[in-house]
Amino acid sequence: MFSKVIVANRGAVAARVLRALNEMGIRSVAVYSEADAGAPYLEMASETYAIGPAPARESYLNQDLLLDIVRRSHADSLHPGYGFLSENAAFAQKVADAGARFIGPSPKWIDAMGHKTRARELAAQHGMPMSQGSGVLPMDNDAVLAAARAIGFPVLVKPAGGGGGIGMLPAKDESQLLEAVERSRSMAGRGFGSTEVYLERLIERPRHVEFQVLGDAHGSVAHLFERDCSTQRRNQKVIEEAPGPALERDKVDAVARQIAGIMQKMGYDNIGTVEMLMGADGEFGFLEMNTRLQVEHGVTEEVTSVDLVQAQIRSAAGEKLAAILPVKIEVIGHAIQARVYAEDPKNFYPSPGKLTVFRPPTDAGVRVETGYAEGRDVTPHYDPMVAKVIVHGGTRDAAIDQLIDALEAFEIQGIKNNIQAVLAVLRSEPFRAGRVHTGLIPEVLGKKI
Amino acid sequence: MAIIEIKSEITGTVWKLKAKPGDRVEAGDTLIIVESMKMEIPVLTEDAGTVKEILVQEKDPVAEGQVVAIIEE
Repeated sequence: MFSKVIVANRGAVAARVLRALNEMGIRSVAVYSEADAGAPYLEMASETYAIGPAPARESYLNQDLLLDIVRRSHADSLHPGYGFLSENAAFAQKVADAGARFIGPSPKWIDAMGHKTRARELAAQHGMPMSQGSGVLPMDNDAVLAAARAIGFPVLVKPAGGGGGIGMLPAKDESQLLEAVERSRSMAGRGFGSTEVYLERLIERPRHVEFQVLGDAHGSVAHLFERDCSTQRRNQKVIEEAPGPALERDKVDAVARQIAGIMQKMGYDNIGTVEMLMGADGEFGFLEMNTRLQVEHGVTEEVTSVDLVQAQIRSAAGEKLAAILPVKIEVIGHAIQARVYAEDPKNFYPSPGKLTVFRPPTDAGVRVETGYAEGRDVTPHYDPMVAKVIVHGGTRDAAIDQLIDALEAFEIQGIKNNIQAVLAVLRSEPFRAGRVHTGLIPEVLGKKI
Repeated sequence: MAIIEIKSEITGTVWKLKAKPGDRVEAGDTLIIVESMKMEIPVLTEDAGTVKEILVQEKDPVAEGQVVAIIEE
């Protein structure tokens, strides 16, 4: 097992990983930018290092600085959390070259899955359920039109090197296609440093269903069932749950087993999530694979009683899956997570500011993951998530009621937040009935995003 | 000639200036793009006119409600 792990992240995930390390009796190193000096979770770390100014590119994305801390702290491992450098294959390799273990899959998997069309090709080769899509689009307009016609309209233009919904643009017909491709290329170039884009068939009112996998360095991969993360705004998740509601159980379990089998055959060796879109016909299509811990890992932990962060660390340290996971993984009850964002619920614009009041719910059975405390500033430098509220009930109905109570009790002042918007969704008839889809939030709130 | 103050709706950092003094702008045009929490938010003018002043520079921090440009109708 590792003796000292650097947590190269901030906020809720830094707190979550530090907690796991403490529970495992492993010494920890936390890093913090100027904006995060004095953050509450830093007290959980054995050592802390300042890593420069608030902007992420000068601190949490500063590879040289982090590698320097690997050497100075004599850490033998680094946990990247999610976001920032967690899916940067070059950084993962540099950590290894510096003599520390990067807690995640081998750099080749981060690289293979980071490029969306290559990941699609790889998945398709191994028999993953696929929706229709193109390869990277050529610059020639006629060829772009031909690619779209082969798939059939409507299509979605997507950056090949991207994520987080940035630069994703729909085209209903040929008249919209070329402009969408041009705009997507421009956003991709600025966001991801690559102007490569591709096309996917646009599925109307899809559900986002993803499958949690865990692999080890000894050739085994297991799945921990699915999560439904359909409830989104701006292509980013807001409400996530496990198990997925109103799914055909046999079929979903078969897909989960199929995915685990494929990942095992490929040799995947740490934590990962295979994201799928499900159409109205109930068919799944591969969307992408995230080669890291997910923001919504907590709902899977609640229903399976498996600590995914500890499991990920143990796998990275070389333990066998058979030793890490129970013989039979079972899903008990129903868990739901709501992400509380610092944003204006009217237009989903960010709302940084000081948390003059910040009182998360303290009800028994409610789990809150946050990197903030009352009096702290939510700065414009990082993502707008201030807390995750996770509940686990015997049934989905019980879990929804529990989450509504918890969010009603959450007191926040000083920033605008999305709690009322989330409550409106939780109280809506379609959500209660399990009729979730990626357009549910704007539908319930009666607005375009 | 009416003077119109254009305010940023959000706190963030100026990413790009899309207009300069003397430019003729139409209602709905983007004057400035502010970056906050990994989002790009355009600062628009609701009125047509001529840009009299741009009060910020790229990379400047801006606060919610801060006047960032002045338009002459």
